[in-house]
Amino acid sequence: MKSSNLKIRGLSKRFDDLVVLDAIDLDIPLDSHTTVIGKSGIGKSVLLKCLSGLLTADSGEVSLDGAPGKFPQCAYMFQQNALFDSQTVWENIALPLSEKERISNKDLAQRVNSLVEQLDLENAFDKYPAEISGGMKKRVALARALITNPEIILFDEPTTGLDPERKFAVFDMIRSYRERFGFTVIMVSHDVPEVFGITDQVAWLDGGKFKFWGTPEELNQSPPSELEGFLNPKLSSQSSVA
Amino acid sequence: MIGRIGRKGISFVSELGELTLFSALSLGSLLQGRHMLEKLVRAIYEIGVRCIPITLIVGLFTGLVLGLQLYYVLTKFSSESLLGQAVALSIIMEIGPVFTAIMIVGQAGSALSAEIGIQRNAEQVDALKTMQINPLGFLVSPRLYAALICFPILTAFFDIVGIFGGHLTGVSMLGVDGGAYWNRIYESVSLRNVRDGFIKSLAFGLITTAICAFQGYFTHTKASVPGARGVSQTTTRAVVLSSIAILASDYLLTSFLLEK
Repeated sequence: MKSSNLKIRGLSKRFDDLVVLDAIDLDIPLDSHTTVIGKSGIGKSVLLKCLSGLLTADSGEVSLDGAPGKFPQCAYMFQQNALFDSQTVWENIALPLSEKERISNKDLAQRVNSLVEQLDLENAFDKYPAEISGGMKKRVALARALITNPEIILFDEPTTGLDPERKFAVFDMIRSYRERFGFTVIMVSHDVPEVFGITDQVAWLDGGKFKFWGTPEELNQSPPSELEGFLNPKLSSQSSVA
Repeated sequence: MIGRIGRKGISFVSELGELTLFSALSLGSLLQGRHMLEKLVRAIYEIGVRCIPITLIVGLFTGLVLGLQLYYVLTKFSSESLLGQAVALSIIMEIGPVFTAIMIVGQAGSALSAEIGIQRNAEQVDALKTMQINPLGFLVSPRLYAALICFPILTAFFDIVGIFGGHLTGVSMLGVDGGAYWNRIYESVSLRNVRDGFIKSLAFGLITTAICAFQGYFTHTKASVPGARGVSQTTTRAVVLSSIAILASDYLLTSFLLEK
């Protein structure tokens, strides 16, 4: 059976005279992990915000298998988690359900408690975000994203500001929960090559266009010459000094 | 120079339009969210209950000072017996609604603006949008309705304590006849006066809460610097604009209500 694709066609976004996304096209297979890489400030987060509806694209469309108006349910993981600091971990996780769905308190508690258990948050459910560690905050944000059973989760630079050890822990967390819950990941990151270990597809955004898309293996075998400087900044700076 | 004034004027009118739209959308989104009663009760606690002490204190001292000032003015015309009427009408029609609104803006309005501003900077507003939760319904709407409930009630508290303060100065300290004080109030204060005071307090509640929420909600576009300093800027602006709006709308409402 042919798997579904999220099709991005001709997506453009500009801020005044600055063209951030220039009629980009991309196919993202559902049930896969796609990572958008690129330099800081190149428009990776803008792409995610256009996909999530936080920003309105100037033109272009995003659809499931090209069917207009058909778009799978998305959840968004923010760089800084965006947890509500005056609510407990439990309340944060319950928020999307309690605010949007007509659900009994018993069913709500059951679904939240189930996620709390699956994401190892039993010791933190009654604490406030300020009282838990950075890794736990990520898990709480993921639990909040998962509570509505989304098909796609958009991760906006989930490892920003983390040391290498924690960075790998977060990547490992995303990989293991994706395997367990089966959601599609679209992630923005500039952690190369670390991110190649968990992603199925890499898309390199530069100058408003996708200059490369393919598997990490394809990228390693024949990286575009423009991408080499980004992948090996040390080599690039050495050659420019020489 | 003229161009600059023109640009400022256009910007002012544009912002006024945005504020009106923001208020209308917020008022209209009350029933879109869930657990609204719970949120309304919490907002009433923040805007209403927490502002009771400051309202009572300011009301009492305003009444005390008003009693003292008016006593010395009225003595010049040998009309001390009119003290009750003068104190009550000043407080009920003018000072009560205005001072109460300014006190609530200072305490609850600034807190509201800062809280929403911080939530905006922490991407919590965006998070609500990605969860398909209407941020106006979640963050602003309960506060607007709570203000409509709390402002008149706190104004009533202010009026009562202020009139009692005038009694303390005039009757207990300066020797005005107590019977005359209360009788003059009974004879001169009509239901229309009380109604006009409440109309003002309702208008102030809506205007000031909308301004404070608006400044916080759009802190990322209204402030000249991002982050904590931006929130500080928009919070200060919220209080200043609210205070000016109270006085300006007070003038307009007074003109309108006195003409009727």
